[in-house]
Amino acid sequence: MAHGPATLADGWGKYISRWVFTTNHKDIGTLYLWFSFAMFIMGGAFAMIIRAELFQPGMQLIKPEFFNQMTTMHGLVMVFGAIMPAFVGLANWLIPMMIGAPDMALPRMNNLSFWILPFAFAILTSTLFMEGGGPNFGWTFYAPLSTTYAPDTVNYFIFGVHIMGASSIMGSINIIATVMNMRAPGMTYMKMPLFVWTWVITAFLLVAVMPVLAGAVTMMLMDINFGTSFFDAAGGGDPVLFQHVFWFFGHPEVYIIILPAFGVVSQIIPTFSRKPLFGYSSMVYATAAIAFLSFVVWAHHMFTVGMPIAGELYFMYATMLIAVPTGVKVFNWITTMYRGSLTFETPMLFSIAFVILFTFGGFTGMMLSIAAADMQYHDTYFVVAHFHYVMVAGAVFSGTAAVYYWLPKWCGKMYDETMGKVQFWIAFIGFNIAFMPQHFLGLAGMPRRYADYGLQFADWNMVSSIGAFMYGGAQILFLFNVIRTIGWGKPTDDPKVWEGAEGLEWTVPTPAPYHTFATPPEVK
Amino acid sequence: MSARPNDRKLLAKLVALAAAMFMFAIFVLPPLYDLFCEITGIGGKTDGAYTAVAVEVDTSRDIEVQFVATNNATMPWDFYPIEERVMVHPGEAREVVFYAHNRTGEDMLGQAIPNVLPNNAADYFHKTECFCFNNQPLAAGESAELALVFIVDPDLPASVNTVTLSYTMFDITDRAVAQVSQVQ
Repeated sequence: MAHGPATLADGWGKYISRWVFTTNHKDIGTLYLWFSFAMFIMGGAFAMIIRAELFQPGMQLIKPEFFNQMTTMHGLVMVFGAIMPAFVGLANWLIPMMIGAPDMALPRMNNLSFWILPFAFAILTSTLFMEGGGPNFGWTFYAPLSTTYAPDTVNYFIFGVHIMGASSIMGSINIIATVMNMRAPGMTYMKMPLFVWTWVITAFLLVAVMPVLAGAVTMMLMDINFGTSFFDAAGGGDPVLFQHVFWFFGHPEVYIIILPAFGVVSQIIPTFSRKPLFGYSSMVYATAAIAFLSFVVWAHHMFTVGMPIAGELYFMYATMLIAVPTGVKVFNWITTMYRGSLTFETPMLFSIAFVILFTFGGFTGMMLSIAAADMQYHDTYFVVAHFHYVMVAGAVFSGTAAVYYWLPKWCGKMYDETMGKVQFWIAFIGFNIAFMPQHFLGLAGMPRRYADYGLQFADWNMVSSIGAFMYGGAQILFLFNVIRTIGWGKPTDDPKVWEGAEGLEWTVPTPAPYHTFATPPEVK
Repeated sequence: MSARPNDRKLLAKLVALAAAMFMFAIFVLPPLYDLFCEITGIGGKTDGAYTAVAVEVDTSRDIEVQFVATNNATMPWDFYPIEERVMVHPGEAREVVFYAHNRTGEDMLGQAIPNVLPNNAADYFHKTECFCFNNQPLAAGESAELALVFIVDPDLPASVNTVTLSYTMFDITDRAVAQVSQVQ
């Protein structure tokens, strides 16, 4: 048996080396989670600046140029820095423990895939302090805004995206290799926990589309620096091509973000319903169906580019089709809860809120998928509200639920249930106050990504900002609760932690030892 | 531990998949997109130089061809069609002239990019001669008449009575000009 990890008692040098050179899946999972939380706070701070500026009409706090940088950086940091690494962190911690493997299949690559991330984001955020400012073209960086009219710092942005892409691809390859090659004897594919299933499918999506994103930014790089004309009409290129390439990546990307969240919720709801998950195999097939469909619907983001009617109809119906497997999932979660003996601990509260609010965001997605109606909704706050319902109430709520659910397992201490519930209600109410009014603003015609707005939008914007500050405050409480738990939480050594928890990760001691499943367990 | 042969094989396959998708994005998607636009006429892309073939002029149909000239972004030239609209019969070759004037004090290079509406007319609008086939140098203060000879194909869908040809003039003085001309 290998020795334990270095602690602070061994001196700072050894302690730092432990984290820098670690190949332990739990250490790397922890690093990912803390990194993503730091990015979440930073992206959240950008959002607070945005909402503070939009609190009242007129220009109050910042210049419009800086506002554009804030909307862009908020999107990039939240998508690539907060949500994606958070789920990779959960995958690192949980997948080996869930399938009875001693570690990830490629531990050194695992180390590399984490440690290049801080550099990517250092490069990206450093642009805010440079002459010309950071990226200001929106997180979708449409050409020619991001090529012909971009600030000079766009090259930093491009290299940052390259590095985070490489990190994601390596992380995904590792997850696929782990799940395919390292399952414990008897752990057949159809016995894997749903979190593992959703992650494998996500990993395949990542390996397929992150290189497309890298291709898009590489073409930008060549257009900007080497005189090619991929996206420049003056040289025979086409800016619309950029949108096709981007969304060919971008639409699978939104499922990359949400599928692991589905997995998390599919673990938590059965635990607190004290019933097995309803319709396990249909969940697996639905996930695969969603992943497949995500590749063939990308142009519903671009209904206004002037597509022929046949294209609009195809992308409209194909998009609506996604509601079918997604509906299967939602009904399975509800049926799992039906007649279960439910208790409402914090992870369960977040999971139920996930199901409700994600479904809500799904329905507004259905509205947006109607090509004719999208002409009105396109690029308004309705879209902003829609994707925050699925990204925040979807991915972030489920990530929060996951931390509360597995934190006692990780550190052997219970979090403060009251504080967790207080955080939940502040987050839930604040979230809805922040984003519900944005639907109204969008339907009334307020365009997104502007630093100022007409007076008719003033009231709902103020309400939205108040909600956003509430939601932001809830995250500080979350951080406090997590630190308090790790430092001063009530110790527990119950391997199951939760009465209704099922799965291999609950069979190892609490807190989870540094090395688990050195000898593989036997799965019946 | 990571020496398991299965891992190596899988790693190689997945890296190959990632590399293939990267290549796909850069080398396959753009030409595929161009091809798609060319076949369907989406985006109003017209074909390159057309060699006239003897066809019977269809005098039973009158097609109105409208011309639009626009400057892109910061392009300072005067640029407009001498005639804004002409009536033609399908199959008949017609010459029209655009006027361009460089009113700056610097020698400049322009490139006109054509676009045809409606989309289903793009394939039936042929240019036998066009200033857009080459980039257009204009010295400081110089002006030029830019010629275009076009033929509307007799196979033009019956639903189309009006064709709009729009040119956008780009300032390409700063860029490498070597390959610009061949694309249109």
